[in-house]
Amino acid sequence: MLSNLAASIKKQKHSFMKKLAVILFLGAFIASCGGGAGSDTKAITDPYDATKKTDGGNPSYDPKRGEGKFSKVNIPAALDATMAGNGEKTFGVKCSSCHKLSAEKLVGPGWLGVTSRHTPEWIMNFVTNTDAMITKDPKAQAQLEICLVRMPNQNLSDDEARSLYEFMRKNDGVK
Amino acid sequence: MKYLKQLLSILLLMLAVTIFNSCKPKNAGSAVSADAASKAYVPPGKYDEFYNFVSGGFSGQMSVYGLPSGRLLRVIPIFSVDPEKGYGYSEETKPMLNTSHGFVPWDDQHHTELSQTNGEIDGRWIFANANNTPRVARVDLTTFRTTEIIELPNSAGNHSSPFITENTEYVVAGTRFSVPPDDANGDVAINTYKQNFKGYLSFISVGKEDGKMDIAFQIKCPGVNFDLSHAGKGKSHGWFFFSCYNTEQANTLLEVNASQRDKDFIMAVNWKKAEEYLKAGKGRKQTVKYAHNVYDEKSHTATSEIRTEVTVLDSKELKDICYMIPCPKSPHGCDVDPTGEYIVGSGKLAALIPVFSFTKMQKAIADKAYDGEYEGIPVIKYEAALHGEVKKPGLGPLHTEFDGKGNAYTTFFVSSEVVKWSIADLKVLDRVPTYYSVGHLCIPGGDSKKPNAKYLIAYNKITKDRYLPTGPELAQSAQLYDISGEKMQLILDFPTIGEPHYAQAVAADLIRNKSVKFFKIEENTNPFVSKGEGTTKVVRAGNKVDVYMTCIRSHFSPDNIEGIKAGDEVYFHVTNLEQDWDVPHGFAIKGANTGELLIMPGETQTLKWIAEKPGMFPFYCTDFCSALHQEMSGYLRVSPAGSTVPLTFSTGTNMPKADSAAKK
Repeated sequence: MLSNLAASIKKQKHSFMKKLAVILFLGAFIASCGGGAGSDTKAITDPYDATKKTDGGNPSYDPKRGEGKFSKVNIPAALDATMAGNGEKTFGVKCSSCHKLSAEKLVGPGWLGVTSRHTPEWIMNFVTNTDAMITKDPKAQAQLEICLVRMPNQNLSDDEARSLYEFMRKNDGVK
Repeated sequence: MKYLKQLLSILLLMLAVTIFNSCKPKNAGSAVSADAASKAYVPPGKYDEFYNFVSGGFSGQMSVYGLPSGRLLRVIPIFSVDPEKGYGYSEETKPMLNTSHGFVPWDDQHHTELSQTNGEIDGRWIFANANNTPRVARVDLTTFRTTEIIELPNSAGNHSSPFITENTEYVVAGTRFSVPPDDANGDVAINTYKQNFKGYLSFISVGKEDGKMDIAFQIKCPGVNFDLSHAGKGKSHGWFFFSCYNTEQANTLLEVNASQRDKDFIMAVNWKKAEEYLKAGKGRKQTVKYAHNVYDEKSHTATSEIRTEVTVLDSKELKDICYMIPCPKSPHGCDVDPTGEYIVGSGKLAALIPVFSFTKMQKAIADKAYDGEYEGIPVIKYEAALHGEVKKPGLGPLHTEFDGKGNAYTTFFVSSEVVKWSIADLKVLDRVPTYYSVGHLCIPGGDSKKPNAKYLIAYNKITKDRYLPTGPELAQSAQLYDISGEKMQLILDFPTIGEPHYAQAVAADLIRNKSVKFFKIEENTNPFVSKGEGTTKVVRAGNKVDVYMTCIRSHFSPDNIEGIKAGDEVYFHVTNLEQDWDVPHGFAIKGANTGELLIMPGETQTLKWIAEKPGMFPFYCTDFCSALHQEMSGYLRVSPAGSTVPLTFSTGTNMPKADSAAKK
């Protein structure tokens, strides 16, 4: 409910909010010199370089792509079964503690339908650049309001992230 | 008249105050200048410039401070159990404290030494000595954890340790309390010290790549008290220098009886020569018993092996390994300057500091400028090896470090001060008080070829009135001095753990970027690892129950366990599935008469727990991990010994009967 409300407010005041957010963000960064994320994870900044800006003040944040190293991922129509198999192994070790393959929420949201809710770039950026995206992505923040646990960064390699996405596709019925 | 009287009394009062103030000893007020605070100030969120690795004395551990702030960053458990970290309590770490005497949960940790390459600190490992049950440990500076401990046979009171050669070829260990050798009968009259007691020096080789320690050889020496040591460097590389006292060979009331002779010795050891003799088969194989413990960061498990043999070279028979240099009044510190030319001996009861010259010593040996022998070891003539004496430097010199600019800094226990003096002309340049009774001191790289002499830290034995009183036991302390200028300047006091003895410091840049952030779960080879919640299980074999458990923010799996019976030995093998920095989870269970587990990301640790009696036993995470940390808990049900409650385990499915029915 809360997130729906927040989303509807955001829709109404979209452009104003966006500008305001940018100003607030920049202001916060200048004031705090890249300080804490404010939650249970400690912000990792370089204390030797207080002037270095993170992308937190970047006004060109693309909520479809998210933020991270993946800007365009080519996904063929057909499933790569080997890749999906590798992804399932990673799921078992690093994800299954908190995510079900059904739509049911455990610690985090269930995975069913995730590939239709987000672009592949967003998902792959989110699983590899977790902290930064939880801090600035509207959808991730809405999810945090529901789950209240910041998703841990499980330090996936690029290949693991791609395989995991393939496994998500398999789970969503791609053949 | 009345007015005059008043004026007079005011004047008298002012005079009294002036006199009182001028008679007061130098105190903190006069010793600290106004800019001290800014020099030691590191703003919140900023890193310190140096790591300071400080021995923990009778705590048995090593503490890590940031300098110049004096902030405590970590206590590394080494020779004592640490229930806070599970060290010595988890099944994986227990073998680290194994010795030939069995499990030893405590020791007295005196000196620390950073590994070096070409005489410069290389930031790979730091070594630590255990004084009581003689051992040497190696701490890995990527994890800041103890990774290896080796016990020393034929030894007692391992004090002159763990000093290293300039490429970390060897770590040495010397015997402070000479004893009969391990393969001789130790059941002899104590007053047969002179006949039966021997002092052994151990040369522990260090693997070039992996750092693995091995006792390469021991040198059997006369029974005296070997106190401190330092390796030669540069021109004196290949030599090691040990101070020794009690050359009187007293076995009782040493306070008096070991202070009889005007001079004791610094023993110079030609270890390159010793290596040659070892190669030539001149060593004697001696049957002994000592433990060698190694912690493996892949299996996250320590193993302990008992070894049974060392090779011993005899200083009496092999004439050109050891030489005695007379040194006044029970020498303590034995420090070699950055060039390797000067050896500073500090007679702790002397009022002068003798400085020996390596070149002169070599000439004295070539010329056989000897003053007879001591227990079969040639004694070099004092003057023949002497560079000169620092006259009237203070009372009770103990230890010396160097700034690489030709100056030496010596601590004086009795007169409570640090004195800066010039090595070339032996002139005193500056002195500052310490509060109080300083023991060791440390300059970053101050015993290496390349000191980084911005700061000097004095480690004090007594603090008396320096801190808020805390009952009979008061804080031990360190004091930080800025030595970048001509004059030393006190800028900070900070309390330490245990009693600080020797310490090392190094620029943070050399270490901080190499820090391990987490262990890769894929590389975990612990036999009880659970790689993913799907692999968790509870397995019973007789009355032994293995719980393969995982944890991640913020739950355990399984978190409901039933079917445990009174008398069962339960082993919780907890794997932390997190793969990010700074997210350890803790594991504690009610009634555990061990400690807790503190499990790093990607690691597996095991807690043994005895199911003593039937009942309900909650377990939980002790290290605040997320907003739902308080929810990170579970229950273990214990039934009576003969119970038929089946063994079950689950997470999230063990619902009340009514709820389960309603769901269907």
